[in-house]
Amino acid sequence: MNIKNIVTGAVAMGVLAASGAAHADVTLNALFMAQAAYSEENIRDMTAQFEAANPGIKVNAELVPYEALHDKIVLSQSANGYDVVLYDVVWPAEFAQYQLLEDVSSRIDDKTRAGVLDGAWTTVKYDGAFYGMPWIADTKFLFYNTEMLKEAGFDAPPATWEELKTQAKAIKDKGIVEYPLVWSWSQSEAAICDYTTILSGMGGQFLDADGKPAFNSGGGLDALEYMVSTLDDGLTNPNSREYLEEDVRRVFSSGQAAFALNWGYMYNLANDPAESQVAGNVGIAPAPGTDGVSKASAVNGSMGLGIPTKSDHKEEAWKYIEFLTSEKVQDKFAKLSLPVWEASYSNPDVIKGQEPFVEAAKTSLAVMAPRPTMASYQEASAALQEALQNAMLGASTPKEALDEAAETISDMQ
Amino acid sequence: MISQRKTVTAWLLLTPMIVIILGVSGYPLIKTIYYSLTGAKLIAPDLTSVWVGLDNYVRALSSGKFLEAIWHTTYFAVISVGAEMVIGVLVALLLNEAFAGRTVLRAMLILPLALPTVVNAMMWRLVYNPDFGALNALLVQIGMLDAYRSWLGDPASALDMVILADVWKNFPLVALIALAALQTVPKDLYEAATLDGAGVWNRFWRITLPAIMGPLSVALVLRTIEAFKVFDIIYVMTRGGPASSTKTVSFYVYQEAFAYMRVGSGASYALIVVLISSCLIAGYMYLIRKQGEV
Amino acid sequence: MQPSLTKKIFIYVGAALLALVIAVPVLWLFIMSISSSTHLTTLPLQWWPDAPTLENYKSLLVYAENSPSASFLYGIRNSIIIAFAATAVSIAAAIPGAYSFSRLPGPRRKNLLFAVIAIFMLPPVAIVLPLYTVMSALGLLNTHFALIIVYCSILLPFTTWLLKSNFDTIPGDLDEAPIIDGANRLQAIWYVILPIARPALGAAIMMAVLLAWDEFFYGLLFTNDIRAKTITVAIADLAAGRVADYGLISAAGILAAVPPVVLAFFMQKTLVSGLASGSVKG
Repeated sequence: MNIKNIVTGAVAMGVLAASGAAHADVTLNALFMAQAAYSEENIRDMTAQFEAANPGIKVNAELVPYEALHDKIVLSQSANGYDVVLYDVVWPAEFAQYQLLEDVSSRIDDKTRAGVLDGAWTTVKYDGAFYGMPWIADTKFLFYNTEMLKEAGFDAPPATWEELKTQAKAIKDKGIVEYPLVWSWSQSEAAICDYTTILSGMGGQFLDADGKPAFNSGGGLDALEYMVSTLDDGLTNPNSREYLEEDVRRVFSSGQAAFALNWGYMYNLANDPAESQVAGNVGIAPAPGTDGVSKASAVNGSMGLGIPTKSDHKEEAWKYIEFLTSEKVQDKFAKLSLPVWEASYSNPDVIKGQEPFVEAAKTSLAVMAPRPTMASYQEASAALQEALQNAMLGASTPKEALDEAAETISDMQ
Repeated sequence: MISQRKTVTAWLLLTPMIVIILGVSGYPLIKTIYYSLTGAKLIAPDLTSVWVGLDNYVRALSSGKFLEAIWHTTYFAVISVGAEMVIGVLVALLLNEAFAGRTVLRAMLILPLALPTVVNAMMWRLVYNPDFGALNALLVQIGMLDAYRSWLGDPASALDMVILADVWKNFPLVALIALAALQTVPKDLYEAATLDGAGVWNRFWRITLPAIMGPLSVALVLRTIEAFKVFDIIYVMTRGGPASSTKTVSFYVYQEAFAYMRVGSGASYALIVVLISSCLIAGYMYLIRKQGEV
Repeated sequence: MQPSLTKKIFIYVGAALLALVIAVPVLWLFIMSISSSTHLTTLPLQWWPDAPTLENYKSLLVYAENSPSASFLYGIRNSIIIAFAATAVSIAAAIPGAYSFSRLPGPRRKNLLFAVIAIFMLPPVAIVLPLYTVMSALGLLNTHFALIIVYCSILLPFTTWLLKSNFDTIPGDLDEAPIIDGANRLQAIWYVILPIARPALGAAIMMAVLLAWDEFFYGLLFTNDIRAKTITVAIADLAAGRVADYGLISAAGILAAVPPVVLAFFMQKTLVSGLASGSVKG
C-alpha cells in the first residue's frame, strides 16, 4: 500500500515538475534540537511567521535532544526523512563522505557570503563546499553570580583559569556556596565542549600538523588536569559528572553555584525571574584565558541548517532555511542565540537589554577553537568522553586516560 | 488419503504465520549473518559490503570495551533476575496468606507491570536526580544519608540503581506466577508436615519450593532472556554512562551500527549476543519440554 | 487453624511495606505532575505542592502546533494505530496457526513451533539491521506500516503460543463433528473453537496490545517525527530535552501509563491466568 503511494507520488511529482506547476501544498519536516540556543517557543514563532509569509508551505518541526540529533539525521535517510535538519559543526566531514547533505554552494549569494561571520561559515563548509547555512553562532561563556562575587570581595570575574580557582576557593571558604563551580561533564558531547574550551585557553591542540592526536600532552593534558583538580579540591560540584547543559542552568539558576560554563542561551534565561532565583545577579564574561598564552577561551559550538539529499522539497526547504537564517529574523529572536550576521553586533535593537552578553560574544566568537574535523568524529568523541570520565571519576590519571584515548583515535584514522 | 488432506490443511493454516515469520525474522536473521562477514555501512549497505570473513568477530572478541559490555549485561541480568526471583517468591508467599486487603494488594502488583518501561525509567531517573530527586531528599530527611549524593553519576552505583528500577517493575511478574502455582498446593500437605513437626523453613524447602519450582524455573529463564536484551531503560536513564559503566550489549550494537554506521561489525556483535541468548533459549526449551507445556 | 499473633503482625507489616514500595514511586510521579517547575527545584524538597496545578496536563492535552502537545498527542495516536493494527494482523495469522499446531497431526510442525518460539526470544539486535536497511530501501521508514509489520515479529509467535496452549484444552470431538458434517476447517475454527476460547483470545489480544504499547527499540530506530513516532519514543525525547520541566515530563509519564494500566486492571483475571498458563511475558 505504501510502496504504491510512493510510486504514485513519484510519478505525480514528475508530472508536476514537468508542467512547471511545483507549488501545490507542501509539508516540510524539519529537525531541531531541544537543548541550548533557540527555545522551542522561538522555533514555533519563527515557523508560524514563515508559514504566514509563504502560503502553501506547512512546517512540522521536530525537536529532539542534542544526544539524539546525529543519529536521527543518519537514520532518516529515506524518502520519508526530513527536509531541513539542524546539525553540529563537527559533522559535515562525515555527512559529506556519505552524501547526506545537499551541496548548496550555488544558492548562497555574494552578499550573504560577505555578511555572515567567518567563524559561523566554518560550521557548514567542508572541502570548499557549503552544506547549508549557519544558524547558531554560539560558544561557551563564563557565567557568574555577581552577588556571590561581591560578597567574597571580588569586583571582576576571573581573567585566567587559575584566578577562577582562586575566586572559587575564596567563595567556598567563606561558606557562600558549597560548590562554586558547575559544568556539563557527563559522558556526552557537552563535556567535550567544556574540555575544548579549557584546552584552547591553555594553548592545547587536538591534532598536530600531521593529524595525529596531540591532546594527551601540553595544553590538552593541562586542561584535564585542571578539571580534575577542581573536583579534588571540592570546588566543582561533583554532580557535574552527570550534568548536561540544562542541569547546569538549573543549578546555577537556583543559586547553588557561583560560576558556570554554558552556552549563551543561559544569559537571558538565568536573568528571567520566572525561570531563575538569581535573576538580576547574573554576569557573563568570555571564558578565561591563561597568563602568557591566551586572553580568553572558546569552543566553536555553532550549528547550521542543511537539506538532506533525499528531500523531495528542496526548493521549499531552502526558502525556509533562508527565512530562519535571515538577518531580520535572527535580529528579532536574538535573546537566546545571537545572530550569525556581522552587522547584528552593532544593531542597537539586538544589543539593547543584553549589552554584557553581546560584549562577551564579540570577544569569544573571535577566538573560537574548532573541535577536530574528521569523518569518524562521533567515535573519536566517544573515546575522549570516556577518557574524561575515567579521569574525573578517579579511575585513571589524566595522562593515562588521554593516552588511551589518543591510541584509540589513532587506530581509527 | 484423509490424513494427507489433513496435512495439507495443516500447512495451509500455518501459511500466513510462516510467511510473516520468515519475512520479518527469518530473512533478516540470515541477512545479519551475511552482514557480519562484510564491512557493510549503514548507508547503501549492499553497495559497501566488502567481504571480510571472520575479521569482525576477531575484532569483537579482542575488544576490551565489547567484553566489558557483555560483563555489564551479564551482571545486570544475574542481579536483577536474582532479586526479582527472591522478592517475587516472598511476595507470593505473603499473598498466599489470608488477610484483609489481600485482593487490593494483589491488584496493585499490576501497576508496575503495566507501567511502560520508558515511563518507569524516566520516573526513577527523576527520583535519583542528584539535586532535586526524591531519593536524596528522603534519605537525608530521615537521617540515613549525611549529604546529597550522585546515584547515576557514580560508576560504583549507577548500574545497581538501574537494576533497582528494573526489579521494581518486574518482581510482580514473578510474584504473580509463583502465587498462581502456590494456590495449587493442597493445604493438607502443610498440615501433615506440621503434625510431623516440620518447621516453617523445613516446610518451605520440602513442600512449597518443589511445588512452584516448575513455573518458577520457566519464569527465571524467561526473565533472563529478557534481561539480556536490555536497552530502553539504559537509553532513558544513563545512555551508557558514567564512564561507560552501564553500557550493555544492545546499547553497544546500537551505537556501532546506528551512530558509527558500521553495520558489518554491528552485526557481528549482535550475533555474539544471539549466541549467548541461544544457550539460554535452549535451556528454556528444555524446561518447557520437560514440563510438557508445548 | 488460627495463625499466631506474631505471624499476623509479620503479615501485616509485610503487606504494608509491599503496598508502600509499589505505591510511593508512582504517587511521587503523580505529585510531580501537579507541581510547578519552580516548586520542584526549590530546596529543601517539599513533598506536597502549595498550589497543585493541572497546567502540565493542559499543556500536553490541548493541541498546539509544533509544541510538546503535538508530539505527545500524535505519539498517542500513532501508538494506538500501530498497537491495534499489529495485534489484528498477528491474531489473524495466529488463530489458524495455533489451531494447526494444536489439532492437526505431524511431528515436524512441533519442531516448527519450537523454532517460532526461539525466534520470538531472539534479541531484537539480531534482526534490526536488515529490517532497517530493507525498510529504508523501500522508503517505509517513518510510516505506521513499518512498525506494524516489525511488531508482528514480537506479537505473532507469542500469541500463537498462547492460543495453542489454550486450544489444547478444548476436546477434539467438538470441532471434528462439524467437519464430518461437511464444514471446512475455517468454519470449524470460527463457529466452534473461537467461542470457547474467547477468554484466551481476550488475554492474547490484551497482552499483545500491552507489548506493542511498551515497545521502544524499533520505534526509536524506524520513526523520526510526528507522522509515525510512538508514545514511548516521544516520552524519551521529552525527558531528555530542553524541557527541563520535571512536572511536564511526569505528567506525560502518567498519561502514557493510563491506557495500559487501565487495560491491565480491567482484565486482571485474564492477565493473571494468561501469565500462569503460559508463564509467558514478552
